[in-house]
Amino acid sequence: METRIIGTSVPRKEGREKVTGSARYVDDIALPGMLHGATVRSPVARGRILAIHFEGDIPWSEFTVVTAKDIPGKNCIALLIEDQPCLAAEFVNHPEEPVVLLAHRDKYLLEEARRAVRIEIEPLPAIFMIEESFARKQTIWGTDNIFKSFRVEKGDVDNAWADADFIVEGDYETGSQEQLYIEPQGMIARAGPEEGVMIWGSLQCPYYVHKALVVLFGLPKDRIRVVQTETGGGFGGKEEYPSMIAAHAALLSWKARQPVKIIYDRAEDMVATTKRHPSRTRHRTAVTRDGKLLAMEIDFTIDGGAYETLSPVVLSRGTIHAAGPYNCPNVRILSRAVATNAPPHGAFRGFGAPQSVFALERHLDRVANAIGFAPDELRRRNFIHEGQALAVSQVIHEKVDMSHLMDRAFELSSYHAKHKRFDVENRENTIRRGIGFATFLHGAGFTGSGEEYLASEVAAEATSDGRVRVMAASTEMGQGTNTIFSQIAAETLGLGVEQFEIVQPDTAGVPNSGPTVASRTSMIVGKLVESAASEIQQKLFQSGLLKPRYTAKDFADACRKYIEHKGPLHSFAKYEHPRELHWDDNRYQGDAYGAYAWAVYVAEVSVDMRTAEVRVEDFVAVQEVGKVINPVLAAGQIEGGVAQGIGFALHENVVWQEGRMVNAQMTNYVMPTSMDVPPIRVYFEEIPYARGPAGAKGIGELPLDGTAPAIANAIAHATGADITRIPVTPEALMEMLESVHA
Amino acid sequence: MPDAARKIRVQCHVNGRATELEAYPMARLLDALREQPRLTGTKEGCGEGECGACSVEIDGMLVNSCLVPVLQAEGASIRTIEGVADGDRLHKVQQAFITHGGAQCGICTPGMILAAVNLLVRHPRPTEAQIREGLAGNLCRCTGYIKIFESVVEACRETEQRA
Amino acid sequence: MKAYLPSYHLEAPRDLASALERMKREPGAWKPFAGGTDLMVLLEAGKLPHRRFLSIWKLPELRGIEVAADYVTIGALTTYTALQEHETLAREFPLLCRAAGETGGIATQNRGTLGGNIANASPAADSPPALIVYDAELDLISASGTRSLAYRDFHTSYKEMRLRPDELIRRILLPRTMATWKQYYRKVGTRRAQAISKVCFAGAARVENGRIADARIALGSVAPTVVRAAQTEKLLRGELPSRAVLQAAQVVLVREITPIDDMRSTARYRLRVAQNLLAEFFEILSS
Repeated sequence: METRIIGTSVPRKEGREKVTGSARYVDDIALPGMLHGATVRSPVARGRILAIHFEGDIPWSEFTVVTAKDIPGKNCIALLIEDQPCLAAEFVNHPEEPVVLLAHRDKYLLEEARRAVRIEIEPLPAIFMIEESFARKQTIWGTDNIFKSFRVEKGDVDNAWADADFIVEGDYETGSQEQLYIEPQGMIARAGPEEGVMIWGSLQCPYYVHKALVVLFGLPKDRIRVVQTETGGGFGGKEEYPSMIAAHAALLSWKARQPVKIIYDRAEDMVATTKRHPSRTRHRTAVTRDGKLLAMEIDFTIDGGAYETLSPVVLSRGTIHAAGPYNCPNVRILSRAVATNAPPHGAFRGFGAPQSVFALERHLDRVANAIGFAPDELRRRNFIHEGQALAVSQVIHEKVDMSHLMDRAFELSSYHAKHKRFDVENRENTIRRGIGFATFLHGAGFTGSGEEYLASEVAAEATSDGRVRVMAASTEMGQGTNTIFSQIAAETLGLGVEQFEIVQPDTAGVPNSGPTVASRTSMIVGKLVESAASEIQQKLFQSGLLKPRYTAKDFADACRKYIEHKGPLHSFAKYEHPRELHWDDNRYQGDAYGAYAWAVYVAEVSVDMRTAEVRVEDFVAVQEVGKVINPVLAAGQIEGGVAQGIGFALHENVVWQEGRMVNAQMTNYVMPTSMDVPPIRVYFEEIPYARGPAGAKGIGELPLDGTAPAIANAIAHATGADITRIPVTPEALMEMLESVHA
Repeated sequence: MPDAARKIRVQCHVNGRATELEAYPMARLLDALREQPRLTGTKEGCGEGECGACSVEIDGMLVNSCLVPVLQAEGASIRTIEGVADGDRLHKVQQAFITHGGAQCGICTPGMILAAVNLLVRHPRPTEAQIREGLAGNLCRCTGYIKIFESVVEACRETEQRA
Repeated sequence: MKAYLPSYHLEAPRDLASALERMKREPGAWKPFAGGTDLMVLLEAGKLPHRRFLSIWKLPELRGIEVAADYVTIGALTTYTALQEHETLAREFPLLCRAAGETGGIATQNRGTLGGNIANASPAADSPPALIVYDAELDLISASGTRSLAYRDFHTSYKEMRLRPDELIRRILLPRTMATWKQYYRKVGTRRAQAISKVCFAGAARVENGRIADARIALGSVAPTVVRAAQTEKLLRGELPSRAVLQAAQVVLVREITPIDDMRSTARYRLRVAQNLLAEFFEILSS
């Protein structure tokens, strides 16, 4: 398909504001009379609140104090269910659980006051490990500590073992990971019984916050308004947590009758907000002697923390991605999300798939090793092709060619030559090199009937001077939403991108296009933008005021005349679920996603045997994505995702002590600097997806799936260490090296 | 409070303009700049001198303003992100960040641009290693740094063409 | 920012003499505040125990690097950037310049000072191992006068040092005796830049006719203070840098350090790495 603007690197629409420092993030905003808010949190992991003491030499009468009993509606942060309190009332279930809110004009005195509140708690026994949760050492949630479980069946796993020439087992673990957006979480609220609730803040999903506040305040929908301010990174960390901090700011404002701003400092943000779900995966695989996968039995568990939040959905995506882009006739996946007394874990780019894909791709290298095959040969013999079915029995209806992607990635990374050369050179060196890869897929959009349930909407409106305003709830947080939507609309209408305004997401001004998550923004919402733009054009054509092959001036004239004589020129697009997609929620089978992006990533590492430090020396990322709407933005997504994946694989280690993160400083929780990233070489292929705008699929989360296993496989190649857990810290690797070389 | 410190008045220049900052002596220069001349371009990312989002120049030297007590800004000549462009004319580094994808969410961008501009003053034609080292005190979570490097290289190329 | 700012006093004395006068009149009440790269971090976390500070940042008597025949003298307020830019230091004292270049990023190096690093006395500080290796001497000053102290005698235990409450570190003196020695420095941190050290090793040796005539070895992050591995040095003197000597030295080294488990690393890892860095040092000695 020939395109004019789609496929070009149009500069970022809000770029000028960002490079001059004039972009306004929530902490840059001050309202008249504004107070600062702070949260007093539980010091223990589990217990019963006995009393709250306000001590110290603090002028308490100057403070606004809010506890659970001040909540007008229901004391919960409504999400999938309503189990998470907004403020703990009688019991606390995780360290740092919010109990008391304070507000005052002086932000320094506020901190003194925060220190002077003592929450007297009678501790209860708490659990912190997945094993303890299973064993029901304590039952801390529901009747059995299990938020959700899934069972996926394909073929007949139980009878496949008898035909196996080899059976290979493995246990894999991934740790927690902090999203570490450079802008900490923050909200401003202006609320009161007469005016309702107004929120400005750093967030990904304005309508999630809106829904939570409707329940918290018991107010009608039109009395709550949520506006997204310029957001300094999200990565999922601002998907569900903003509802909590918005609720807190709103409660304080409601009581104080002044606007209230709550900004977390880095330490509070790290210790109190969501992180990636830790996971355990057990694989049992039956293979024939010629490398064909006969059966895969996968057991996948994620730790959800103290409340359900989004764990069922994270589990869902992790489960569906657990068996990868392979054609295996017999598959069973049993999975569950369990409760522990840690702050709830939540959304982080990849959303369950990085966990299960790490296990799978590491496991298949070990399977290859066990049966005497090269790891790439094992993959090639089992890649899925058009007409074959994934583990959830989704038949693939596109010309996917993973072997070709692998050929390309291997050529670009000199995989075979380096693999051989390193094997020879490594014998003598204190710096050993390795090269490894991962082959994977990532489904875009909400799973199964999710998009149908979301029923997303986009609106557009033309003005008298021919500018077009696009109204969607999708948020810009650096990934390029504003620019991409402008390009899609500009392409559709044959105009320049500068004629489009992507309206600031405001629940009073934009329809609900669903959350900005799940790699759905370009593919699902972008398609609605295309439809809405197209409808404007259709209306003008039908009115006779505009003829095809018009100029920008023609368009502006037509808009002006239309509005003068007929009234507002607007359009509306609503999601329609493709009729060819069928999903069975009970059996967890069918068309899980409308489209998959397919990828092969290759990592080259060096390992200093003296210190067990791993350096990624080169990284090649090849992916098929339907259509690249903006090459610079798309490459930027992959590069940034790979950097996060490098952190996930090597550096980012959350140190837990009794359910609390103890290394909650940037000094001690380590993300990659400019000196820690290799050249990251990104290549795209395009097989258009019919339902995506100009054929585009979603790509935002893809890089988080394949990066860590590619690196782990490379480390195993370099050292012979049998990596089964990430992060591969030098300490952990040193222990493994000692046992390998003993 | 009997032994409370009193606020002080500090005279300095910010982006070429004579400025008085009134604050407690241990107040962070970061907060004083954001709250008084309301130069909100400089950001807080960590409050521990790790992320560089608060980078400014003091007397031509790159510093983390979250670690500078306002008392020590007496007599200083300070440049923030708002002082990088020449009126409406963007600095070549700023221009390159727009066209080459150096900014995604933008929160690290002011500090990153200060660091890049400072780097180019010290090394007008930096090697890749010098770029990486010059920016090592500025964390970016969105870009993976690759397009930031490309933006700096582009800005240098811009200079060479003009020279 | 968790500190209650009105509780904290910071004053700028007009010169060194008045700073020392104040410290003499109220010993221990006023702490010196240099570049702030350590103290401000504590302040922001609400963990700064002291309340009264004298800003010594601008005092000219504490700045400047002088090169004399026998010594290079470094003012306590010399920043890490200034250390790296000094030609004689770069040529004759490369370990100190390496340490300076690996302390934080450029913004930290522009404000962090050598005197501040010493007085902060973190066991994980990057410069102390280099200073120990170079037989550094400290010049301390108070209103009562000056005194000298060998740096190796300065730190007594965790965060304790031989600095009286009314004293400031004025200068650090480096004898110009090791310019021809083989020198080695390696900091193993949590990542490639801006990292807190897990193990830091500084070593220098005079090799004559293939034998180790003299050696200095110091380590950071493996004890409550910087450690001079004096027993290991003693074992090496007079020996060939052979594999057997290395193995014997590694055994002795392990007994001289007491690394711990903390949120950054483990005792086991630190021990193993310290031994491996000694081995890497040895490679330089035999080359």
